[in-house]
Amino acid sequence: MAASERTGTMRADEPLLRVENLAKHFPLTRGVLFRRQVGTVKAVDGVSFTLARGETLGIVGESGCGKSTLARLLVRLEEPTAGAAWFEGRNIFEMRGPELRRLRRDLQMVMQDPYTSLNPRMTVGDIVGEPFEIHPEVAPKGSRRARVQALLERVGLNPEHISRYPHQFSGGQRQRIGIARALALNPKVIICDEPVSALDVSIQAQVINLLEELQADLGLAYIFIAHDLSVVRHISDRVAVMYLGRFVETGVEEAIYERATHPYTQALLSAVPVPDPKVRGTRRVIRLEGDVPSPADPPSGCRFRTRCWKAQEICALEEPALMPRDADPHPSACHFAETLEIAEGSGAQEG
Amino acid sequence: MSSTGAGLPVADDMLVAEAPRSLSRDAWDELKRRPIFWLAAALVVLMVLMAAFPGLFSAVDARTAPCSLADSLRPPGPGHPFGFDKQGCDIYSRVIYGARSSVLVGVFSTLITGIVALVIGMLAGYFGGWVDAVLARGIDIVLGIPPLLGAIVVAKALSGQDLGIWPVVLALGLLGWPTAARVIRSSVIAARHQEYVSAARVLGAGHLRIMLRHILPNAMAPLVVVLTILLGQFIAYEATLSFLGVGPRNVISWGVDIAEAQRWIREASYPLLFPAGFLTATVLAFIMLGDVVRDAFDPRLK
Amino acid sequence: MTAAPPLLSVEDLFVSFHTRDGVARVINGVSLQVDAGESLAILGESGSGKSVTAQAIMGILDVPPARIDGGRILYQGRDLLAIDERERRAVRGAGIAMVFQDALSALNPVFPVGWQIAESLRVHEGLSKPEAHERAVRLMERVRIPAARARARDYPHQFSGGMRQRVMIAMALALNPRVLIADEPTTALDVTVQAQIMDLLAELQHDTGMALILITHDLGVVASVADRIAVMYAGRIVEHGDVHAIYERPAHPYTRALIESIPRYGRSRGGPLRAIEGLPPSLTRIPPGCPFHPRCPVRQDICSAEVPPDIELGERRVSACHFAREVLNGRL
Repeated sequence: MAASERTGTMRADEPLLRVENLAKHFPLTRGVLFRRQVGTVKAVDGVSFTLARGETLGIVGESGCGKSTLARLLVRLEEPTAGAAWFEGRNIFEMRGPELRRLRRDLQMVMQDPYTSLNPRMTVGDIVGEPFEIHPEVAPKGSRRARVQALLERVGLNPEHISRYPHQFSGGQRQRIGIARALALNPKVIICDEPVSALDVSIQAQVINLLEELQADLGLAYIFIAHDLSVVRHISDRVAVMYLGRFVETGVEEAIYERATHPYTQALLSAVPVPDPKVRGTRRVIRLEGDVPSPADPPSGCRFRTRCWKAQEICALEEPALMPRDADPHPSACHFAETLEIAEGSGAQEG
Repeated sequence: MSSTGAGLPVADDMLVAEAPRSLSRDAWDELKRRPIFWLAAALVVLMVLMAAFPGLFSAVDARTAPCSLADSLRPPGPGHPFGFDKQGCDIYSRVIYGARSSVLVGVFSTLITGIVALVIGMLAGYFGGWVDAVLARGIDIVLGIPPLLGAIVVAKALSGQDLGIWPVVLALGLLGWPTAARVIRSSVIAARHQEYVSAARVLGAGHLRIMLRHILPNAMAPLVVVLTILLGQFIAYEATLSFLGVGPRNVISWGVDIAEAQRWIREASYPLLFPAGFLTATVLAFIMLGDVVRDAFDPRLK
Repeated sequence: MTAAPPLLSVEDLFVSFHTRDGVARVINGVSLQVDAGESLAILGESGSGKSVTAQAIMGILDVPPARIDGGRILYQGRDLLAIDERERRAVRGAGIAMVFQDALSALNPVFPVGWQIAESLRVHEGLSKPEAHERAVRLMERVRIPAARARARDYPHQFSGGMRQRVMIAMALALNPRVLIADEPTTALDVTVQAQIMDLLAELQHDTGMALILITHDLGVVASVADRIAVMYAGRIVEHGDVHAIYERPAHPYTRALIESIPRYGRSRGGPLRAIEGLPPSLTRIPPGCPFHPRCPVRQDICSAEVPPDIELGERRVSACHFAREVLNGRL
């Protein structure tokens, strides 16, 4: 495969991945024999972003915001209802057959649950070697075992354990196996869907360090999806905050964490418990009322308005666009975007 | 062993004992300690040996041994532990040689059932949608046919020709699969949603690879259990068919012997007792085996 | 030491589980205490024994395969392990209540929540159905469930995660417990909901003066809410004391390593995190000496040979490390 084929129609400065207005609506049906559609769950409802080579984009959001569905869309485990995505200039949703297979080599995924993401009846060697079986052009038959062992070693596992089964490993080690599997085809982008959420605190740090090390060595780009804001900040260059299927705020990590202008982001930041008892009582307390609205029936206008302390009439009538605001240049979807001091020493002055 | 920044585990060649063990290991350990398992397994092995190598058990070949009416209904005695039947044939050798018919019918019918159930259940469970809708209705339809009745009809239709055990085998095999197919279908549906299946898709695995490599091994356990129990049932069916006179022709069979013996039950009980006893023991052995294996594999009972 | 005896105290508790893989020593000499109005956090990762400690106090351990091998659990002066089952239930029911991590499995799915809350009132206080129902509705209002009266007729699955947790808290509060044990009450919840629930618990504690034992693995939650903290590792308490003191200057290498390993969202991307190497031990094969020594960045020879004693560092502060003082002073 010549270098020209790999770059396709991509120019030098074009982002590796470009997503535009991606949406996934699931039909809500009723009835067993004759299914009537009674509504749609708008799990992802218009998401756009870019990802550059070697960059980490963190996506934070709470349950039901659609981040997992977004991840599945990007690896084509789901087909979108609308929108498009271009990888190296080629539309990934139009790919079929061999072209799609080729894409798989570049775009891989690490999954959340180390206990169910590995086939319990396959050895670790089989699991990490399966990519080579599916894509034999990447590794000729004789060299596979050696490559699998090299991968195991790379992620910090003992290559001699190649014939062991997943149940013989701990959660953190299984996650490393999942990472080794994702690395096998030398991808350019790895989508990490909550890769450390199911791990113990002391193990999370190990796996996060591993991911960062691999990124530095191999020039990987990550889309890092998580609900833990501290972890996301640590690993991301840019961050997007997701709520009810849309991004409500995006920017470099410093902008989001220090100068958040969207009320939801501010509420999130204020809710994260800080592991320092000294700050008790010094932080701004923003508590949201009520529950997250159902994605089958999102509020009109701004989706966050039902829980927002700033909501005005315009919020119900006009949906705020995700665009740069006066308070700070990073895009924020709020008519009344302004920074707020959440904690001592962070955030600009109010107003 | 030191640690790098990436956190190489210190004692990395130590097995993590507290990680959950595999279901098969656990199941095997549990099976090992249950006497029922060993009893049933021993019986099964015995019957299979009997079917395969009847010569090991009986010096007399019941297929060729002469039967003398002078021996009619002679009670058990030296050299003939089970006595003689009405025709004067040695019951012991007939019982031993009768095993073949029953066990072979059981095994082959189960094989056919297993294959058909596997294919249909896998396709229905994996693809879902209209494929599943169509196949599931198919399963329901066949399920509606009483297997014994259906087998009788087929067997009778083909009984004119001397096809040995095959009409019965086919009849049972083609009618017994719906239950097994349903079992497979549910395990496939459950396995289909596992994250490791999604992971395989992300790697670019096609349908066939996913079905064979990822779903099948994880759906096999319940199938094996169902088939083992089914095997026992098929053996009982075969005996019933033979009893009714529509079973395999010109083959020594427990069912045939039972049918014959029950006419003379008031004169002697042993011509009935022994074939019936062996039949019951065999059917029970398979069913018990299936039961105990299913319990061992059921994670909820732990 | 305060003059009055603590409301609840656990003394030298030993619990083991007898499994096919051997005997798992899940709790190895745990002692802790909590006073009225006080908030004690038990911090530990999975396999540390923190949940089993809570279950032992509540008396809901599955006794086989678990086995209480020793120790006392004193509630208002009486040893709960020494009295018979009926008395124990009476004492516990009225005095100690528990909130679990997963409300969905702790609540009965086939009964309306109002009915379930009212049930404990009917059983323990002999209230009539209408009286109990009324109290249940008021409890639901107390935990800020909107439209409580109408929602009392709803089933658990009709509530969101956070609301279900409030229902569980209402149930726990029904009999005015003196001690509330919350086992990872917010782990399964989103961070904004978590904050609401933690606020609620703090408010209730303040209003009722009850003691709170909070079981968690989240260092942030501990720092926001607890007065005192007990850090558990491999079935032992390796350090306990005032929360401010411990976070500022931990006196045990595990506590220190844990605090240093977590990413802080107030800090921009820095270098790699300071991870703790290795894995937590299997409880069937706890390392000799100090259970943390294989992973300890400052281990010495004595650490693999001798179990560290509890070293008192003044002011109700204890650390189970041979070098507690050195760690405290930063010399190790």
